[in-house]
Amino acid sequence: MDDTPVDPRPSIGHYLFSVLVLALLWLLLAGSLATAELIAALAVGILVTSIAGPRLAVLSGVRLSPLAPWHLLRYLLTFLVALVAANVDMARRVLSPSLPLRPALIEVRTALRSSLGRMLLANSITLTPGTLAVDIRGDRILVHWVDCPPGTDLDRATAAISDAFERHIRGFLK
Amino acid sequence: MRLLADVFLLIGAAFACLGALGLVRMPDVYTRIQAGTKAVTLGALAFLIGAALLFPQWWAKLLCILGFILFTSPVSSSTIARAIHLSGITPWRAPTPEASGQAPMSPQAAKPAEGR
Repeated sequence: MDDTPVDPRPSIGHYLFSVLVLALLWLLLAGSLATAELIAALAVGILVTSIAGPRLAVLSGVRLSPLAPWHLLRYLLTFLVALVAANVDMARRVLSPSLPLRPALIEVRTALRSSLGRMLLANSITLTPGTLAVDIRGDRILVHWVDCPPGTDLDRATAAISDAFERHIRGFLK
Repeated sequence: MRLLADVFLLIGAAFACLGALGLVRMPDVYTRIQAGTKAVTLGALAFLIGAALLFPQWWAKLLCILGFILFTSPVSSSTIARAIHLSGITPWRAPTPEASGQAPMSPQAAKPAEGR
């Protein structure tokens, strides 16, 4: 894979983000907001972040903007609706006696640059109606589509499969 | 509350069951992966929600489990699919419209997908 993007080194902001997320995780698992727990959470966050430091390149895909959480929330909602729809659709196909399938391998285009963003997009594609991300080359994702309308080209496939997710993901990942 | 939790647990079990049925009925490896991944992911999601309603004190841990499942399950599926694709297996094509409704015993050789 020679055309995979190399993630740049994460900035100070990303390290802070990592500390915050780890601290929050600690507090979630501890299940209390006592002062001792808060201190422990911060200590753990800083410790793990400093150990993992150079390997946190994957975090550089995170967009640190005040609007990011809002986009994340909207993405999650879109994703959940799509996941349920995907399963109802799959159930219909599995239960119908004639197995209505028109499978094909097609490509969609993505504008996301970071590996984290691409991974999230590929995951979303895999968990939504009738599509399975197979491979990523450059800015193309190869998708196996269970119900491919005849005469589908790159643009139409992109519009049908990944556009909605990509719009939301772009708000919080590069 | 108890009733709601039971409903979620049932939904989870139903989708897991559908996923298994999909594994049996689908004609080729790509479609089987699809049926398996989606159904089992949603099944696990519903199941965890049910468990969270039954045992509210576990919700944080269940949320973490849910995050890990949502992140890793599609990755494993894509990895398997990619390996299959790279080893040159082409997707199954529907035989003819007047198929008997029985999936063929062996996937037909189809034309290689374009774009490669």
